[in-house]
Formats: sequence, C-alpha cells, structure tokens
Amino acid sequence: MDVSGILFVFLGAQIIVATVGTVWSRNPVTSALFLVLNFFALGGLYLLLEAQFIAVVQVIVYAGAIMVLFLFTIMLLNLDNERALAEKFDLRKGFAVLLGGVLLVELLYIIGLKTPIPIKQTALTTVQLGEAKYIGRELLTNFLFPFEIVSILLLLAVVGAIVLAKKNFTTSPKS
Amino acid sequence: MIYINGLNIETKTTSRMDAQLTEFGKVFLFLLVGVVFVAAGFITSSLIRPHRPYDEKLSTYECGEEPKGTAWVQFNIRFYVIALIFIIFDVELLFLFPWATVFKKIGPVALIEAVVFISILAIGLAYAWAKGDLNWVVPQPNRPKLPEKKFDKPAKKKVAEPAEPAPTA
Amino acid sequence: MPNDYLLSLPILAAAGWSVLLIILEAMLSRAALTRVFAMLGFALVGGLSVIGFPLQGLAFSEMLRIGGFQHFANIIFCLSGLLVVALSEKYLDDENVHYGEYYIVAFISVVGMMLLAAAANMAILFIGLEMMSIALYVLAGLMRRDVRSNEAAMKYFLLGAFASGLLLYGISLIYGATGELALHKIAIAIQTGSASMLFWIGFGLLITGFLFKISAVPFHQWTPDVYDGSPTPAAAFMSTGAKAAAFSALIVVVTNFSTLLQNSPTWSLVISSIALATMVVGNIAALAQENLKRMLAYSSVAHAGYMLVGIAAATPDGYSGIMFYTLVYTLMNIGAFGVVALLESKENLLLASDYAGLFKHRPMLAGAMAVFMLSLAGVPPLGGFIGKYKVFAAAVDAKLTWLALAGVLASAVSAYYYLRVVYFMFMRDPVGEAISAPATSSLAFALIAVAVVLLGVFPTEILRITDAALKFAQLPTQTGF
Repeated sequence: MDVSGILFVFLGAQIIVATVGTVWSRNPVTSALFLVLNFFALGGLYLLLEAQFIAVVQVIVYAGAIMVLFLFTIMLLNLDNERALAEKFDLRKGFAVLLGGVLLVELLYIIGLKTPIPIKQTALTTVQLGEAKYIGRELLTNFLFPFEIVSILLLLAVVGAIVLAKKNFTTSPKS
Repeated sequence: MIYINGLNIETKTTSRMDAQLTEFGKVFLFLLVGVVFVAAGFITSSLIRPHRPYDEKLSTYECGEEPKGTAWVQFNIRFYVIALIFIIFDVELLFLFPWATVFKKIGPVALIEAVVFISILAIGLAYAWAKGDLNWVVPQPNRPKLPEKKFDKPAKKKVAEPAEPAPTA
Repeated sequence: MPNDYLLSLPILAAAGWSVLLIILEAMLSRAALTRVFAMLGFALVGGLSVIGFPLQGLAFSEMLRIGGFQHFANIIFCLSGLLVVALSEKYLDDENVHYGEYYIVAFISVVGMMLLAAAANMAILFIGLEMMSIALYVLAGLMRRDVRSNEAAMKYFLLGAFASGLLLYGISLIYGATGELALHKIAIAIQTGSASMLFWIGFGLLITGFLFKISAVPFHQWTPDVYDGSPTPAAAFMSTGAKAAAFSALIVVVTNFSTLLQNSPTWSLVISSIALATMVVGNIAALAQENLKRMLAYSSVAHAGYMLVGIAAATPDGYSGIMFYTLVYTLMNIGAFGVVALLESKENLLLASDYAGLFKHRPMLAGAMAVFMLSLAGVPPLGGFIGKYKVFAAAVDAKLTWLALAGVLASAVSAYYYLRVVYFMFMRDPVGEAISAPATSSLAFALIAVAVVLLGVFPTEILRITDAALKFAQLPTQTGF
C-alpha cells in the first residue's frame, strides 16, 4: 500500500468514526463537533484527490462558517433536555436500516466487480484542475454566466434568510 | 492518479502512478504529523501523570466563583442573522479568490465581471442595512408605568387605541 | 458576443429586474409598490419572450440554449408569476404577512425557472433548480407565526435538499462517465462510445431529482403537507410554475438523449410505471380529502402523472402536449387555488361543504370555479381536456395504449371529487350567511375561466406554436451557431 492509500484509509476511517459520532452522540454540541471533524477529514480527502482549492473551501466554508452557524442554532434552541431528543426505535427506523443495508450491499457489489467502472479522464492532469488559477480562468471565461448568476442566488439567500430569521419583521404600511 | 487500493475504481488512461505526493500532499503530511505529535504527547502524559482527583480539583473554577446552573445559555437571535449574512459573504469571497489569481492575465474584462458580481451582492448588503438587520437590537425591558402623582389612580386605557407596536427604526 | 445578450435577453432582464425590486424594497419598503413592479417585471419578461420567440441558439459559451421552447416556457412561468402575484395581496393582507419580500422572492424563483428551461449545461441546471427551490422554501415558510407554515417550509426544505443532493450526485456521476457537463456534448459522448453503467446511475439520480420537484409517486409525500401549510397563493405557485419548470427541464434533458432513450425499453417501462403510479395514487388519495387545499395538492400529483405520460411517450407530440398541458394547468389551477385562497382568507372556509350555495351569492365566482373544476377533470370543451387528449394520443401513437387507457380511467375517477365541489356550489342551499368577496376578484377569476374555455375551444394556434417550439429542442446535436 502506497502513501496515498494509507492516507485514504486513515481519512476514510476518520470520516466514518466522525459520522457515527455525529449521529450517535446525545449532546447536540458534541454532534456538531464531530461534524467539524468530518468536514476536516473530507477536506483531507479533497487534498488527496489534488483538488486543493476545493479542500480549502471545504475547510473555510463548511468547517468554519457553516459549523459556526450550526452551533449558533443549537445554542439558540436551548436544547437543555437531552433525554427529550432521544428517539425510540420504531418501524420507520427499521425500514431506514433495511434500506441502508441494501445500499451497503450495492456498494460492496460494485467494489467486488471484476471489471472496473471506467471513469472518463479529462485532458488536463488533475493537479492543474485543482488549482485556483485554473478554476478562476474557467470561471471568468466558460463559466462566466453561472458565475454572475450565482450572485443572484446569493442575493436571494440574503433576502430569504432575513425574511425567515429576523425577529421583528414589520409589514409595510397598508395601501 | 486516482487509485485506491482495494477499490477497483481505476482510470482508463492513466494507470497507477507512483506514490509520489504533490506539494499539497507534503503539507497534508506535515499536518498529519502535527496532529499525531500532539495526540501522542497527550496520551503519554495521561499514562505517566498521577491521577488523584478530589471534589475541589474537579470543579470548573478551582479557585473562584462557584458555577451555578448549566453552561447552556440561550443565544439571542440577533447573532443568527449576522451569522447568516456572514456566510453569504463568505461564499462570495470564495468566488473572488480564484478571480484574484487570474485577474492580471484576463485583463479589464475580468474587472468588469467581478464588479458586476460584487455590486449585485453589495445590493444585498445594502438591503440588509436599509431594512435594519445590521442594527444591534437592544432589548427593551417592559417596565410598568407608575402613576405620576402619588395619590392618582393609574390612567385607564382608552378602548379604541390599537395596541400596535412602534415601528422599528 | 452581443448575440449572446440578445438571445438571453428575457433571462438577463429578469435577473436585472429582481435586483431592481430589491433596491426598490430597500429604499421605499412599500409592499404594494414592490408588487406593482413585480407584475410589471413579469409582463416585461413575458413580452420580451414573445418578441424574441423566433430567436434561437446557444449563448454564453454553450451554457444556455434558447429557442421557441424556452420562450414558450418563459411565458408560462411569467403568466404563473403574474397571476399568483395578482391574486395574493388580499390573502397576505388578511394573514398579516404582506411583505414586499414575498414578491421579490417569487420573482427570483421565476428567474430560476427560466434558467432551468434554458439550461444547456448541467451547472445551469443545478443553479436554476436551487434558485427556484430556495425561493419556494422561503415562500412556504412565510407565515412565521403559523406552526403549519413552519412545518411546511421545514418539510419542503429537508426533502428538497435531499432531492437536490441526489441530483447533484447524478450530475457528478454523469460527469465522471463522460467527462462533459454540457448536455449536448454528453449526448455526443454517449453516441460515440456507449452509455456505461455509471452514466445510467447518474442519469437515474438526475431524473429522480426532477421527479421530486414535480411530486411524482413515490416522491410525492411532501406535497399535501407543504401545500396545506404554505400560504395558499404560494401553493398555487408551487403547483404551477415550479411544476412547469421541472417538466421543462425534464423535457430539455430527455430531448438531448432522445436517441438513447428511444432505444431503451427499460427507460420507457420505468417512466410509464411511475406515471401510472402517480395517476393512481394521486387520484385515489384525492378522493378521500375533505380539505380543498389537500384535495388540490393530491390532484396536482395526479396531474403530474398525466403529464408524465407525455414523457413516457418520448415523442415530440408528447412533449408538445405537455407544454400545452402546463399552460392550461397553470391557468386552471391558479384559478382554483385563487378561489380557495379568497374564501379561506375571509372566513376560513376550506371544506367542500363550505362551498354550499356559493352560486346563489356569487354566481360569477361559482361559475369560474366550476369551469376550473370541470377543466381539471378534463371535461370536453375545456382546456384541460385538450391537454389530456394530446398527451394520451401521443402515448397511443407510441404504442403505450395501456398507459393512455389507465390515464382515461384515472381522470374518470377524478371527476368524482372535482364534481363534488361543483355539486355543492350549485345544487345545495347555502348554509349560514352569505360569502362575501370583492367583485373585482370575481371578475379576474371570470377572465381566467374564459381563457381556460378559449384554450379548449381554439387550441390549434397554441398547439401549432408548441409544435414549432419543440423543433429546436428536438435536434440537440445541430450546433451550427
């Protein structure tokens, strides 16, 4: 096993442990911190795939900003009573476990396939693809339209977040 | 280059490359060694150190206030709106970073493109500002009104007066 | 380069107008004014689409595909937005949630719908879908003091985010299989090579994402709860504009891979059975509903099933039928939801039995509602009949007679719950006091009803347009622009 293989196994194990921890832990804050660990490990995986920019984005946005918001929300809800959050194992959950098992079998089947699934390789090497420079060039030439239209999407997010989250939202005077 | 031992997902054109790491891989390795180093330090110290706890030692502040209640405090929602707006501009920043790396090469067109992008988002900020979402909402305690003169009865409320909240600034 | 801007003028205008609306709201903060400007914007964008109808081509380094189909879809979205905005003021006022942001969010949602219909690249497909959906989540949760509205927004958001995740995963798998993001280039890559297993998994996930948005069985469970909890005009918007947008995107994707899909018996079988299940489940569940909003929600599921029959047929006739169907459905369903909203906001009347004797008090309103109900049921001289006829005829031509037959039977079942409302309005005596409604809104509903009737009596012109509109969408690999 080469170095990247070892790293992959290490990071994969970390992701699995963190994910199980997120779901398992009773305390929501512990859950959220496990999720941070998960995001960090995911960032490591991106690095392993030589998507450096995406890795940095993963850490800055997800492990940084979004998790802060997560923790805010948890603190906002004042989930003091951890017992109340615990759910019982019912039929629906059993069904979920069943479906998860089916998915696992499918994955194992694909892993066990004799002929590998072909993945199309682009002309560029992956190192070039992952660079911020390459992303920037694509963003300003071929992907210019999506780049600009995403600003409208973010604008919508600002408006929507304010409408839904602001405490004292006054209606404008009636006509 | 994407080759994972044990998994048969393999690229068609490039077969298995050698295990050489890129520059970022080295950084990552450095990070990993750092984590292992710190973790190893903690683990060895926990193995070596004496372990004799007593009540006083285990309290949150060994010499200071006695904490009361839990550490769970309900945050004010005003943090939340600010955090939401922060995330949106954080995402904007991510789009600008790759722009900055190629800005020189592409030239004035890139500048115009970025200005359009930023100004659309700036309108979002202006909107939040104009709507008073960036104002720091100071809690207004609801004090009961006391009668002005000592022997006056409290004034009766007029029936017709609607109880509308004052418009926020 | 200027050609790009000219081609995508409706989209650019809509995006610019949404920014203008935000500036307006930030500066003046008057909901009524924002509303007027939103309506103006819809009219403007729709007008630009009408003027630019013959223009076609790929724009912005093959990100957008503009053609008659896209212009027609734009007109449907703008019509839906215009009608919803026009009908929602009173409802929002009564619920005390009359924010200017409502109109802004609805407008940006329409921008997302236009992107969905015009997507030539999967990146645009995803951005458009997200823009439309995020706006709809906000609209669903607009009544923040109402627990059910919160529940609707939460359910819609969680399930919608899951569906978006599936769609994104599908996109990434397709990219992995073909190395392309542009739809027509993927089609070429598939034609030269062969569709691998990876591609089919990705394609399935992509389609699943859209099936969620059109609330096809088995991805329909959110529909009744979300429509029930949302502000009623927003529910009307979700069931018409959003559904039309998801169908346009579905048609765009499917036409790009038409040669591949026509030779695939599995695809035909899967879509046919989903269509069948959607029609059956939607109609049978609607039978049991007392609450009119839930009834309309299940009926929208059933209508998604009828439209899916056109996708299953996989012929230009079928797609053209869907386009016509979405246009008629937009009119009649917004009409029906609008009447429900009118009566709900005033006196909280939501049951079919509450409509007893409506004809005696408000003959015009009751007449319009009867037209909407009969058209939804697919009674012959009305627009809904022509839509169903076109779609089912396409299915028969595509040797899916059993599916068409099932569709006819399902609409026969649906007649029961639509006609029940009509029965209450016309045959029963009023219970309690008279239902009051402003005369102007009755007139507006009457106009919509007249449009539905006209579409049923004179459908040929519109059908000629939809047939012509599809010509460009049909030929994905001809990129001589």
